Amino acid sequence: MPKKYHIKPTPAAPHFIPVGRSGIIDFEEDCLKCTTCVKKRCLYDVYKNRAYDAQTLVDSIDHQCKNCFSCIQNCPRGVLSKTINPEFLRMGDDYWKPDIIHNTWFQAETGKIPVSGAGYRGPFSGPGFDAMWTDMSEIVRPTRDGIHGREYISTAIDVGRKQHHLEFDASGRLLREMFPLVEIPLPVIFNTLPFGNLGKGILLSFAGAARQIGSLMYVSPEAYGVFLKPFKAQLIPLLPAEGFNPDAEILDGVKMVELFYVPDVWQRVQQLKDRDPQRVVSIRLPMNSEAKTIAADLALAGAEVIHLFADYRGNEFVDGDNPRFVKEALRDIHTHLVNASIRDQVTLIVSGGIALAEHLPKAIICGADAAAIDLPLLIALECRVCKRCTAGKSCPVKLQNLDPEYGSQRVVNLMCSWWSQLIELMGAMGIRDVRRVRGEVGRAMFFEDLERDTFGAIFGGQKRP
Amino acid sequence: MKAAIRKTASRFRHTIGKYRVQRGKQCKSCSGCVVACPQGVHFKAGTRMGTPMDYLCVGPDVCKSQDSFCVEKCPNQALNVAINPQVKALGDFRWTADLLMSTWYQAETGELPTVDLEYRTGNSGGGFDKLRFRFPEKPLQNIPVDEIDTSIDLNKRGDNSHRITIAIPLYQGGMSFGSVSDSTMVSRARAAMLWGTFGCTGEGGYPEFLYPFDQQMITQVATGLFGVKEETIQRVRIVEFKYAQGAKPGLGGHLLGDKVTERVAKMREAVKGSALFSPFPFHSVYSVEDHKKHVDWIKAMNPKALVSVKVSTPADVDMVAIGSYYAGAHIVHLDGSYGGTGAAPDIAKKNIAMPIEYAIPKVHRFLVEEGVRDKVTLIASGGIRTAHDVLKAIALGADGVVEGTAGMVALECTRCSSCESGRGCPRGIATTDPELAELITVDWGAQRVYNLYASWRKQIVGVLQQLGMRSIRELVGRTDCLRHLDYN
Repeated sequence: MPKKYHIKPTPAAPHFIPVGRSGIIDFEEDCLKCTTCVKKRCLYDVYKNRAYDAQTLVDSIDHQCKNCFSCIQNCPRGVLSKTINPEFLRMGDDYWKPDIIHNTWFQAETGKIPVSGAGYRGPFSGPGFDAMWTDMSEIVRPTRDGIHGREYISTAIDVGRKQHHLEFDASGRLLREMFPLVEIPLPVIFNTLPFGNLGKGILLSFAGAARQIGSLMYVSPEAYGVFLKPFKAQLIPLLPAEGFNPDAEILDGVKMVELFYVPDVWQRVQQLKDRDPQRVVSIRLPMNSEAKTIAADLALAGAEVIHLFADYRGNEFVDGDNPRFVKEALRDIHTHLVNASIRDQVTLIVSGGIALAEHLPKAIICGADAAAIDLPLLIALECRVCKRCTAGKSCPVKLQNLDPEYGSQRVVNLMCSWWSQLIELMGAMGIRDVRRVRGEVGRAMFFEDLERDTFGAIFGGQKRP
Repeated sequence: MKAAIRKTASRFRHTIGKYRVQRGKQCKSCSGCVVACPQGVHFKAGTRMGTPMDYLCVGPDVCKSQDSFCVEKCPNQALNVAINPQVKALGDFRWTADLLMSTWYQAETGELPTVDLEYRTGNSGGGFDKLRFRFPEKPLQNIPVDEIDTSIDLNKRGDNSHRITIAIPLYQGGMSFGSVSDSTMVSRARAAMLWGTFGCTGEGGYPEFLYPFDQQMITQVATGLFGVKEETIQRVRIVEFKYAQGAKPGLGGHLLGDKVTERVAKMREAVKGSALFSPFPFHSVYSVEDHKKHVDWIKAMNPKALVSVKVSTPADVDMVAIGSYYAGAHIVHLDGSYGGTGAAPDIAKKNIAMPIEYAIPKVHRFLVEEGVRDKVTLIASGGIRTAHDVLKAIALGADGVVEGTAGMVALECTRCSSCESGRGCPRGIATTDPELAELITVDWGAQRVYNLYASWRKQIVGVLQQLGMRSIRELVGRTDCLRHLDYN
């Protein structure tokens, strides 16, 4: 059995008071100043521990409050009031919702899986990844001991081209050479950011974290600098379509390189393979209406890795109002490759809209081998997805001054939590190896299918859109 | 204690209501509002006016139409009524503020709220929240309410085990010693007994203070086997195997170290302060045959006991159900994926296994096709919040339900979901902290849960009457009595 993979979290408290969901309005007027003040009796000492950050003009009370309403209900004069913090609701956008941002901060701070009491609080189902559930096995399955360490659940994958089968000569020697593979212990790669490229502190944070957890990160030539040289083993240079140079310095000593898809991409792949056959070459292909045909052609031609990317909210790049979400587009492409009998030979990386830990196994179930993630990494560094940086405005959490050591710990913590959650879902599914999760839609349930089989069967007729 | 509805007000100074009534300094304590308001919002405390009981306020629209609007009646313009802004911070998609407030009201009074609150459905946008009853324009027969039967049988196998009938189509979900306070456990158990139904010990052992309720208690055999002894199996009439829990299907249980106090450790035969895991699955069960062996053990120890098998809702839940039946179960208990818990990973609560609304008809249909539906009692849980959820679950194919969270809400749970944080529940429900546990007295708690069930039963009877049914048993699987908002 290989050495057990482990990510060690170390708590990394936020530098800025996080924006909390709760909003407590504490009127001083009318207060009786009673000796048994409900504020003193707060179970979580929220009032006692509250602090005021003079720089950001924020009171930590909203962040610490656990929404139990006890002070509100017991204050003799009723001078305390509660609401939802409007600043919380304003965070992010309709994909990168405040809850996602908040949940990611917690994980980046603690490295722990978010755990809570009471049942699920959210909607019955939702768009995108929220319209699928992962399965569990009632009895026949590996035990939960895999989660707690006595048995092994592997989350490792090999990135690269796989032989369909092995052939030997009469003396038992392999007839064909094996393709180069890059093994990563967690099916996550750090992507370039859609925005928020605020300097080398961020890149060094990602690189440091990638090294600690044994993963890889993309870097574009314009962002690359000498400061990243010590991290060559972690880097995947992402070569732009314009100005392709197969001999660029950035390529020295890296295990893998990625090219943007262009119609003659295959020539470029060949040039790179000629220079170093042991370097894995990946092709970054936008998810659009041609993607599945192109992906199949590339795979049949011998592509090692195809990186299918959607926009940062998980939508494919098509004209018109109804782009498919990455989940549907990916299932389509994966199935197409399966039907073309080429799926097992090529590695598929997917990116765009992977926001929560659960999206990772779900994307893998839909057909990816690994996911490349972007904004969660930035959110781990306290980003609020305010997008001010896209307009050249200042960053509210001063990411330009980020200390790389602190930053990489936050990212490591987030990945520790994602890794634990991946194992939880795999444990429940009864799958010991993440490579077997790929395309395993039989271990998932889709909203449309369940609705059709249940309510469609009962109520018949046409489902209203 | 004689079983009857008794008004049992909140433990808190202010009950959160839909409207907020504020009294200004202009008030001259003339009592004009006391006379005007038929809801009892305003009252006089000595010579001055008391803080308005604004959770009883039915709002300006109703009052204006009845010419009883205190704001207009006040000669000094001292009153103001508006939607309570706090309500926005209360509740969630599944348990909306309206559901919380209406459940609190039912627990207080045993009646439906007079305030305009949506007490039947939540706002989750699917499942029960999209189902409605399809009532005939006129009931086929006019049945007096006292002739309508809400009881169900728990032994439909017709074997030599106990013949148990419960008066209402629900019993209680297991909440372990160590996960909730003693007073919460006893409150719930007493309410169950008063209603002629069952409480459940959960998997944390069988504490002595529950012995008086033996006849109406279910004891759980879960994968950790905590506190399971021959003696505890023999105490009860129903034994429940917990294979999985809807909130964390396939993950087993986890009692955090902080909650493993001296007493909890003793009960569970474990070490104080160390976290306890219930593994997943039963390490001695990897097939239906293994499962039968377990059932046989129980029957050897307590031959007349009914055996319930509590499972979660995987894609093949129908196969699990039939396997459980053939292994000898009297009750197949499906716990849907949106069910409650004291602590579970958020990722599990949201993502693993299917919601109960899909599992009930799937299993019901399959058991019918296999010709054994009338030999097994099908119980559903995991997201049963209201009397209407109970009715819908039954119309989809269950015989009855298990209630968990609703009973906690009756004890004034706000679903803040911090059951596992710090010293435990700020409401004294999910805690082993002795000081916090004192926040609930058994008389108060039992009556609140009793009142809630009373209100539920009335609603169940009311719906059956409208459907022209004499018994809840007639409703099982009657999906023709339902409609779904997404389908024509």
